Amino acid sequence: MIVTIFQYFSGFLMLAGSAFCLLAAVGILRLPDIYTRMHAASKAGTMGTGLLLTAIAFVAFDSAIILRAIAAFVFLLLTAPVAAHLLARAAFLTGHKPTEMTVINELDIKKLDK
Amino acid sequence: MNFALGSIVLALIWAAITASFTLLNLILGWAIAFMALWLIRKNLASPVVFSKARKIVALGALFFYELARSAIRVALLVLTPNMKAQLKPGFIAFPLTAKSDGEITLLANLITLTPGTLSVDVSKDRKFLYVHALSVTDKEALIKSIADGFESKIIEVFK
Repeated sequence: MIVTIFQYFSGFLMLAGSAFCLLAAVGILRLPDIYTRMHAASKAGTMGTGLLLTAIAFVAFDSAIILRAIAAFVFLLLTAPVAAHLLARAAFLTGHKPTEMTVINELDIKKLDK
Repeated sequence: MNFALGSIVLALIWAAITASFTLLNLILGWAIAFMALWLIRKNLASPVVFSKARKIVALGALFFYELARSAIRVALLVLTPNMKAQLKPGFIAFPLTAKSDGEITLLANLITLTPGTLSVDVSKDRKFLYVHALSVTDKEALIKSIADGFESKIIEVFK
């Protein structure tokens, strides 16, 4: 019984995770500039991958696989924001202009440590 | 984190990732952990205080809640047909109360994974964290929500 419940729950998590990954990709396609695109890639992407890894942990019934799934999720949480931050920073420092829709820009290149 | 504790924790993580808790593998993991810690020996911070565990758990819970909210928000935004009408992107200078490197790093990472905000850079004098937001309707309210939410919790954890 509990195995069946776990399998259904895991299936639900996998569908949700794939949906988030797909929407992250759609976001990268639809959003106007690199800064807004990083939002989709970092948040929806992390969430989607995290849900997929959690789904694996629920059906594995093997401590080694569960531990590795959790470890992978933790490493993802540690690295995804750093990657997004570095891409956005590199884009700004190399003079990539934000979209014309930008309403406020308090970022001053002179105050940054290059 | 001191050397002994740090290397043991890292050795356990190694065993978890390589999925083998044999003595030989633990020793190998410990040796690699020891070398890794030796390389960064000058940057090792003061010992972790365990009484803070509860505050750390509270911060973690808040973080997962915010991550789920932000992912759903971005997903919904991407699905909206007239997406461009809702977008009001902007760069904001967030005045930092947090001082140490660790606090600022953690805050920047958490901001990136929370609704509508992405940290871009820290100013040279470390007074401001530059944040990119998806929709800036009320700048003051956004700054206040970060300061009252994550920043105050992070400062509590590090205090």
